[in-house]
Amino acid sequence: MELTGAQILMLMLKSEGVDTIFGYPGGVVLEIYDELSKTDIRHILVRHEQGAVHAADGYARAGGRVGVCLVTSGPGATNTVTGIASAYCDSIPLVVFTGQVPTHLIGNDAFQEVDIVGITRPCTKHNFLVKHTEDLPRIIREAFYIARSGRPGPVLVDLPKDVGSKKIKFEMPGEVKLRSYNPTYNPNIRQLHKVMELVEKAERPMIFAGGGVILSKGSKELTEFAKKTQIPVTTSLMGLGAFPGSDPLWLGMIGMHGTFRANMATGACDLMIAVGVRFDDRVTGKTDTFASQAKIVHIDIDPTSIRKNIPVTIPVVGDCRIALENLSRLADEAKFGDLQKKRKPWLDQIVDWKSMRPLDYQQDRSGPIKPQYVIEKLYELTKGEAIITTEVGQNQMWTAQYYHFERPSRFITSGGLGCMGFGLPAAIGAQVACPGDLVVDVAGDGSIQMNIQEMATAVQHKLPVKIVILNNGYLGMVRQWQELFYGKRYSHTCMSCAPDFVKLAEAYGAVGLRATQPSEVVPVLKEGLFSSETVIMDFRVASEEGVYPMVPAGAPITEMLLV
Amino acid sequence: MKEDKHVLSMLVDNEPGVLSRVAGLFSGRGYNIESLCVAETMDPQISRLTIVTKGNEPIIEQIKKQLNKLINVIKVFEMTGQDYVQLELALIKIYAKPENRAEILRIADIFKCKVVDVGQEYYTIEVTGDEGKLSALLNLLKPIGIKEIARTGIVALFREAK
Ligand SMILES: Cc1ncc(C[n+]2csc(CCOP(=O)(O)OP(=O)(O)O)c2C)c(N)n1
Ligand SMILES: [Mg+2]
Repeated sequence: MELTGAQILMLMLKSEGVDTIFGYPGGVVLEIYDELSKTDIRHILVRHEQGAVHAADGYARAGGRVGVCLVTSGPGATNTVTGIASAYCDSIPLVVFTGQVPTHLIGNDAFQEVDIVGITRPCTKHNFLVKHTEDLPRIIREAFYIARSGRPGPVLVDLPKDVGSKKIKFEMPGEVKLRSYNPTYNPNIRQLHKVMELVEKAERPMIFAGGGVILSKGSKELTEFAKKTQIPVTTSLMGLGAFPGSDPLWLGMIGMHGTFRANMATGACDLMIAVGVRFDDRVTGKTDTFASQAKIVHIDIDPTSIRKNIPVTIPVVGDCRIALENLSRLADEAKFGDLQKKRKPWLDQIVDWKSMRPLDYQQDRSGPIKPQYVIEKLYELTKGEAIITTEVGQNQMWTAQYYHFERPSRFITSGGLGCMGFGLPAAIGAQVACPGDLVVDVAGDGSIQMNIQEMATAVQHKLPVKIVILNNGYLGMVRQWQELFYGKRYSHTCMSCAPDFVKLAEAYGAVGLRATQPSEVVPVLKEGLFSSETVIMDFRVASEEGVYPMVPAGAPITEMLLV
Repeated sequence: MKEDKHVLSMLVDNEPGVLSRVAGLFSGRGYNIESLCVAETMDPQISRLTIVTKGNEPIIEQIKKQLNKLINVIKVFEMTGQDYVQLELALIKIYAKPENRAEILRIADIFKCKVVDVGQEYYTIEVTGDEGKLSALLNLLKPIGIKEIARTGIVALFREAK
């Protein structure tokens, strides 16, 4: 069968099970777009290529699949870089196809030529420049395989125009075999036995779970293991939802804006079982005081995560889900004695910490609206079941603190890169993946303006995402640092000019709602959330509210600023 | 912690961009490269890349893991601490004034160097050897006057068990 590169691309996408692409056309991908129009693959036309990548990211996380993007060369390609970097930091499986100038022009500074493979080398799991149409089928197979296997991540495939137009005899490639890439899924069972010995002996154990548990689909196994062994659980920002937020063993999030009890428990524990985490500096604070009384077990599929930032007693390389499943099985044979009695002092201590310093704020009836109140009501009205994306800043942290996630893959945030402008396109992607679910982007007034153009995408594709803007008139998180560490000198963090978000929503053909009084919060949420359209809800919240607890950067995480 | 020199030898896919991935990893993560040497092996699809780097033990462990994580890196061997042979080749261009010529040739002879170019004012000699030999030679030649030097960086292989 003689096929063009563009036709082969379509066939290969189908064979990888791709039914949705987020993209934006241009000169060198015309051929591919032409072929795309002849398939039943759904194409979501975004308004900016960064939006395409974040949308594919949200799609991948909510749907548990590989997200796919297609963009043109040059500016189309460079516009994807921020999105790719965010997906790379958070280990999200994406395949990004970029157009490229024809092979004979590469290196000639041709019109709309950039070396996107060079640019994205450090922020992709791997990338390819396809030089011959003959290589295309194998490279596409490998790209999807690399993106989704091991520690997932974004893979970029650069497609010169002539590679897409050339006709060759096509043969479907077989299974991928890469001699240089073989992720270890099955953990060493002897290491797990050693872990169990520590668990048996521990007086004050805790589990610290991260995004790796969600990516490996190991939440059920985590929950089972924790309950069986009565070990309290904290998670990183990326791990929220890996353990049910309503469980008595739940400690809340750890780290810079973690709960008092989670951070205190970290300081006091004698065993920390870290699963699918990478000990980011926003988690550890000062590393040499982090969990300084504890033996640390670190389970991760990526060996580079282990012993990178924190010394570890027992390293376990492997898939988080499989490791937890095995640990759970070993726990059945463990000798704990009277587990309830054994854990009581430790769990009582945690309850004490919780009642001593719960997450707290005060909502006066006369106003202003407290942002935490909006999130708490959002949680109550959606029963913790909505898919929540966030922007970056205070809005993100309040969501992490006050929306108690019951299930994995429901909290979608740019964790590692902390990329403003992520939330709206990610919500669009999540809504595409889960059409029947309620998808809410919790936004800041600053961040939402970074990819606001995607409102048109949502409206065009009838994606009824809901945007909750916590409008404080500031780049709030930066303002908070200025308040605390720079003598309240608010250098360029006041957004004194912002659009009227209600009118803006209407201009895009969406619904705009506003709340300025506490009494309006619930009615606006009810109207907005249960509308069948795309909605922006503009909540005018207290302008100088802070996120607490807060651990100043580089301080021990047990030394929190509290309100 | 002590920062030691380490010799890492790795097999990589012989593909465009692979060197840039390895070099980019070192620069991006602030690791240091003392020397780097790369060429095809018997299998034209595979190249051997030898890097001399410096760092304390956790850093070296991290470097090895990061290298292994690159999709195009097939295998990484740490030579340091093992039984291995290492060699480096250098071309040294020396000022050869009439009164020094005999001295230069004598030194070259002792170090088993080859004179590869003879000019009016300069000798160029070729030397191979391990680091110790090269630095001993350079120390002797320095007072005579070295004009230029080109070194390949170390290549290394494990010794076979006897
Ligand atoms: C693209 C990008 N630029 C800058 C920053 C730095 N930054 C982090 S939080 C923040 C403020 C965000 O303001 P807003 O969206 O209004 O959220 P708030 O903190 O007020 O809730 C800024 C500027 C960032 N994270 N991402
Ligand atoms: Mg704000």
